[in-house]
Amino acid sequence: MNYTFNWALIFAGEYGRWFVDGLAVTLELSGISILFALLLGTLLTVLRLSRVRPLVWFSAAYVEFFRNTPLMVQIFFWYFGSDPILPDFFKKWLYQQNIEFATAVIALSTYTAAFIAEELRSGILSIPKTQLEASRATGLTFIQAMRYVILPQAFRIIIPPLISQFLNLIKNSSLAMTIGVMELTYMARQVEAHTFHGFEAFTVSTLIYLSLSLLVSFIINQYNKHFLHIGSRR
Amino acid sequence: MPMIEIHNVNKWYGDFHVLKNINETVEKGEVLVICGPSGSGKSTLVRCVNRLEEIDQGEILIEGKNIHAKDQDINQLRAEIGIVFQQFNLYPHLTVLRNITLAPMKVKKIPRDEAEATALALLERVGIGNQAHKYPVELSGGQQQRVAIARALAMKPKIMLFDEPTSALDPEMINEVLNVMKDLAREGMTMLCVTHEMGFAREVADRVIFMDHGEILERGTPEHFFTSPQHERTKAFLKEIL
Repeated sequence: MNYTFNWALIFAGEYGRWFVDGLAVTLELSGISILFALLLGTLLTVLRLSRVRPLVWFSAAYVEFFRNTPLMVQIFFWYFGSDPILPDFFKKWLYQQNIEFATAVIALSTYTAAFIAEELRSGILSIPKTQLEASRATGLTFIQAMRYVILPQAFRIIIPPLISQFLNLIKNSSLAMTIGVMELTYMARQVEAHTFHGFEAFTVSTLIYLSLSLLVSFIINQYNKHFLHIGSRR
Repeated sequence: MPMIEIHNVNKWYGDFHVLKNINETVEKGEVLVICGPSGSGKSTLVRCVNRLEEIDQGEILIEGKNIHAKDQDINQLRAEIGIVFQQFNLYPHLTVLRNITLAPMKVKKIPRDEAEATALALLERVGIGNQAHKYPVELSGGQQQRVAIARALAMKPKIMLFDEPTSALDPEMINEVLNVMKDLAREGMTMLCVTHEMGFAREVADRVIFMDHGEILERGTPEHFFTSPQHERTKAFLKEIL
């Protein structure tokens, strides 16, 4: 074996910059997708727990569909296959965006929303029914009771599984490179292609992903600890 | 017009006939105590009055309004009927103050300052004005139940329902809750109380009804109820609890 490690090369010239640019795109992609996934996941859960049959079925079908098909296929579907079924106004809007990035956001958030919906549903079901009863009895509507009483408690309970969904999403965002989003993995690949030093390039990207994940779970855990401290000690 | 009218109400849980042809009228300012053995349907009856439970037959009118009518806004109706539960059911993630201000701010759209001022005054009135910024878990059972009463009163209800409000309390805390309820009764609140606190019934009830197996077996003034009950099962029940 005559491979010579060259760590300095990885950060020489433009290359260090590429990693930073890639990381920035990864952060932006993950951040936006997490936000949409949370909103969509919450909506799916509320539909699932409503007593309106078609809405319940839709939500259940959505979750099973998105959880049980590969994310890679979903990304390709949105990027190469969704054109005939998208409404015109949406297409028009989409083509004005960075189409690769927007597609990745759609794929990651629709996919992750299915998992978040399931976590959130189990969180809500673990809140005593009497909480809903007490809030409805004061005249709050079902939506208001959810918004102010049930969901805040449920979210607190599901923080740990939610963190792993966030981390999965960050890691899954690397699949966006396959449709040309210039995120961290894509850039690591670029560095490798230019330097032929794949070991160093992917070691660096691995370490960046690792630190990012650890940092995210640390921050959320701290936040949660603070809340648990002042709030619902039961 | 009576505050609450209950006409020929029947309710089943599957095959179990939990309320059997209930008829009762409660006037404004009246305090009605409902007692009876567990499983007699007394809690169910009270919970039907604000539609936490649906009825299968009959009708319940609040100030003449049929609460099961299709065009009746149930949320608006519930806003006028306070309920206090056995297990307090405070919101654990909110402070005492927020527990009380939530419904006035969201249902009645009262501005925060005003809602907080009302809440603080109510806490003062139930004797725990200094606990406003604590979380429910930091309070004793008796204090939590007084917060629950304040939470219900914050909506300025016309009727207060009490579903065994002292049954989950340690004995030494029962009186602090009963005293608040007695004050309310004296101030003229219309109250429906499911309770086994016979001292309370004797002191403030206008009428007492006794339920068993989903039926009202005995009704009368506390005087009548405690000194000359007619029904055998009422006598047996009174012997048990007095």
